[in-house]
Amino acid sequence: MSDDTSADDTAHELRVSKIRNGTVIDHVRAGQALNVLAILGIDGSQNEEVSVGINVPSDRLARKDIVKVEGRELSQEEVDVLSLIAPDATINIVREYEVTSKHRVERPEEVQDVLHCPNAACITTEDEPVTSRFEVLEDGVRCLYCGTIVRESIADLID
Amino acid sequence: MRHDNVITSKQLSREDIETILDRAAEIDADPSAVANAYPETILGLLFFEPSTRTKLSFETAMKRLGGNVIDIGSIESSSVKKGETLADTVRVIEGYADALVVRHPKQGSATMAAEFVDVPLINAGDGAGHHPTQTLLDLYTIRENAGLKDLSIGIMGDLKYGRTVHSLAYALSNFDAHQHFISPESLQLPREVVFDLHQEGASVREHESLGEILSTLDVLYVTRIQRERFPDENEYQKIAGEYQIDMNTLEAASDDLTVMHPLPRVDEIAPEIDETAHAAYFEQAHNGVPVRMALLDLLLGDAQ
Repeated sequence: MSDDTSADDTAHELRVSKIRNGTVIDHVRAGQALNVLAILGIDGSQNEEVSVGINVPSDRLARKDIVKVEGRELSQEEVDVLSLIAPDATINIVREYEVTSKHRVERPEEVQDVLHCPNAACITTEDEPVTSRFEVLEDGVRCLYCGTIVRESIADLID
Repeated sequence: MRHDNVITSKQLSREDIETILDRAAEIDADPSAVANAYPETILGLLFFEPSTRTKLSFETAMKRLGGNVIDIGSIESSSVKKGETLADTVRVIEGYADALVVRHPKQGSATMAAEFVDVPLINAGDGAGHHPTQTLLDLYTIRENAGLKDLSIGIMGDLKYGRTVHSLAYALSNFDAHQHFISPESLQLPREVVFDLHQEGASVREHESLGEILSTLDVLYVTRIQRERFPDENEYQKIAGEYQIDMNTLEAASDDLTVMHPLPRVDEIAPEIDETAHAAYFEQAHNGVPVRMALLDLLLGDAQ
């Protein structure tokens, strides 16, 4: 896949080594890389090979984070949740060192069963057969049951 | 009305609200016309929290339409005590009743319950969330007393936890009312509600003192500040005292001011106001019957 990688970008790419098969999550908002890993449930315990760049210079974002995960291709559901904390991210799927697909994340209108409501008085925190549902706002998420809006620390609500 | 359920006042358009209030006015004027409209109908009352007015007025409304009610009774003696989920309870009672009325302490409970049943479901209060039928009878009372056009309303007291307040504010944003919210800082409207009201383009102003705006109001809606919201008794006494009204307070008000309260009151409104033309709170409570009759008629009539 031809891309517009400048010499500058290439230098940064080298800081975090190339992967053979897996996913590169690029243009993550600076400082959110560790939350991205949290969302993906990656903590090293499964022996995943992970490279992380934090606060690297970027044309598009001034500073960005970048996450490379060897041996794992993200599902649409994972990408949806990722979009909540990394709305500008691009997802590159890599096979045999080649980027086989590259797309920006899109914020879904709603996310289900990935976040829990921080409001202890919300019915979704009870032992009821109910799936959490959040409307995605421009700058946060809103519980579709109790109406609680969360703008900060969304990553803390990931189940 | 095209709704199967009434969960929040947010879901009701101005047209929906006017349809319900118009129907309530018709029923109010001639209750005998609908006295036997629903002879076979059974309304299921599921109150997981204490209620007097709401429960009794739903019961009265259904019976005045010729129908009947079943009631899960107190939580202590029901299957809920044995750990049954709300989702299971509503699915069971759905088999016995033609419509359900649910009050539950958790926010969003009615939204969830409605996902599990096919019969119409009415939210009669979900924790600090919504109480849309109270709002409808409030709007009916406002319309009868002050009119909903160019309304200037002050809503005072516990605005943080008061679900009647949240529901009323959402509904009033349909009517371009000037809404003034008067409360101690610690009991201001939740930011979510303010956010929504601004999104709706509502005219919203927040005050700490009633004196600033009392003379401009057509309606003053008083709510109770609950003792348990304050860790300290003295603090409660001091703050609650600032949000009580008596004849002295009302000297600064317009002669036409309508005073409302969802009841029960403790000492927010001095009894001396009861006999004045300002007092509309008992009428407000009575309006619960024709308004809930109208709502049941519209929901059940559509379902038939």
